[in-house]
Amino acid sequence: MSTTTTPVGAAPARTGRGPWRLVWDQLWAKGAARFGLVTVALLVLLAALAGPLSDLGGWSPEEFDKRAIDPYLGGLPIGDFGGVGTRHWLGVEPATGRDLFARVLHGGQVSLLIAFTATAVVVVTGTLTGIAAGYFGGRTDAVLSRLMDLTMSFPSLIFMISMMSVAKDVNRVVLMTLVIGLFGWPGIARVVRGQTLSLKHREYVEAAKVGGARSWRILSREILPNVSGPIIAYTTLLVPGMIATEAALSYLGVGVRPPTPSWGQMIAESISFYETDPTYFLIPTAFLFLAVLAFTLLGDALRDILDPRGGRS
Amino acid sequence: MILYLGRRLLAAAGILLAVCAITFTIFYLLPSDPAVAACGKTCSPERVAEVKVAMGLDKPVWEQFATYLTGIFAGRDYGSGPSATHCGFPCLGYSYEYSLPVWNLLTDRLPVSVSLAVGASVLWLVLGLGAGVTSALRKGGATDRTLMVLSVGAASLPVYFTSIMLIWGVVRTAGLLPYPAYHAFTENPFTWASNLLLPWIALALLYAAMYARQSRNSMIEAMAEPYIRTARAKGLPPRTVTVKHGLRSGMTPILTIFGMDLGGLLAGAVITESIFGLPGVGRLFYDALVRSDQPVILGVTLLAAAFIVAANLLVDLLYAYVDPRVRY
Repeated sequence: MSTTTTPVGAAPARTGRGPWRLVWDQLWAKGAARFGLVTVALLVLLAALAGPLSDLGGWSPEEFDKRAIDPYLGGLPIGDFGGVGTRHWLGVEPATGRDLFARVLHGGQVSLLIAFTATAVVVVTGTLTGIAAGYFGGRTDAVLSRLMDLTMSFPSLIFMISMMSVAKDVNRVVLMTLVIGLFGWPGIARVVRGQTLSLKHREYVEAAKVGGARSWRILSREILPNVSGPIIAYTTLLVPGMIATEAALSYLGVGVRPPTPSWGQMIAESISFYETDPTYFLIPTAFLFLAVLAFTLLGDALRDILDPRGGRS
Repeated sequence: MILYLGRRLLAAAGILLAVCAITFTIFYLLPSDPAVAACGKTCSPERVAEVKVAMGLDKPVWEQFATYLTGIFAGRDYGSGPSATHCGFPCLGYSYEYSLPVWNLLTDRLPVSVSLAVGASVLWLVLGLGAGVTSALRKGGATDRTLMVLSVGAASLPVYFTSIMLIWGVVRTAGLLPYPAYHAFTENPFTWASNLLLPWIALALLYAAMYARQSRNSMIEAMAEPYIRTARAKGLPPRTVTVKHGLRSGMTPILTIFGMDLGGLLAGAVITESIFGLPGVGRLFYDALVRSDQPVILGVTLLAAAFIVAANLLVDLLYAYVDPRVRY
């Protein structure tokens, strides 16, 4: 039984809603954002539970099933739509018979893990440099801004590919996260720098200074909470780019190495089968598309709500 | 203006030097052996040592870098004695895989990548800006919403998918166009265009979708400026207000992004070129990756950096003409 009944005679509590609750309400009110939110949650859940879910399907991602493919047809899956059925829920890979349901979930785990950690690297680096450049100004700003210009002049995709290709014996996932993160930070650093510049002469910052607060305290307690809105919006909009970059690198064969699946790597393997076994090609493509779409919609909506400079009144 | 130009050129040269140094160091620091890569897997240890000396890999890294830099301007020789190969200005390295200087390989492939980038960019500018400006002017209406839904969807489509669908639909099923191959523009402009049409569309669709969203935002911001209200109050015809006052300032942020994008694409659209089998710089790069032909990888990286720096410089100079508020 519920125990939260209001005591008789007590004044009804004022329903004050916190700022994050307001953001949530505005977000939920938009159809596109709701779709993005639900899809993101679903994909993250599927990726996080890849292990137990593929156990449920009965196949591990690296398990061969010779009975699901037809050796007389060049190893194409037996059955309609690439072998979709009760045995293999999303069909199987041609030639090996590996279960696509298990592979696409584990691939999602790798793809999303890399995208999220790379985004985290970018956001932390970008926020720190941006806030430092904006707040301290002067020489610090000059040096950091030049560094941003320099990083932005790098042909990032080509550079990432060449770095990934020359590195041989290292953990691919960690390396890929760092390499992607290395080139992404100037964008968010510029946003944070601009916001910090406009905040640092506000009265409450001055008041904190007069009160004897150190720079670290001012940055973390006065400035950071006030730039967090744009940072969150920007972060969400970074994720689709990261997912696409991971897919591109793995597609080109310099990302994660087989047998570890990722969406890009699965697309690369399936692209030559697009006519003979379209399901095989369409499944990773559909997951990649949905992930990018959902994060873009969510990020767009968050920017409309959180970024005061969105200018889309 | 002259002073500004001089300063910018100097800065651009500095950036290129930094890019060059960083690229070089990373290639040197990462665990890999260019000599083994150049020589092949079945190479004996003695032969590897010889190749190392011939490539100058036995020297310390700063000396290798200095040799590489002077080689760009003055050319250099690989190896010594009768087996030496000369690599003339501008020497970006020598590919043992092709037995050719990297610069020759790049200039061979460049026309393909430039054709691809320029054609696609014209297409995406027309589509993207058209859709973005139309949406902005009809903000909140059905046209706006349809265009924005389409562009979010198109921006999320993986380029592999659009490319494959175009090949499957237009080439394989309908047979409307030949499978893309490169024919020089000077040979026959029509064959050139009809062969490149599909890669153009595949590439342009992705960028057009992004440009539509960006130009819509910036156009909406521009049309909310007070000078637009002034222009309207003066009684200017709506077309003049939109085109002369709105578009001009609304499109300046797009110019910056366009410079970066075009600069990046000129040095090869790696994925598009490899799906459509076009022999451009991106394809050269991809092949170099597969064979770990490091001089070529380094050369393409530098070329791409040069294009981006040049495009940024050009954009900054163009700003003075497009935006009346910018003066140097």
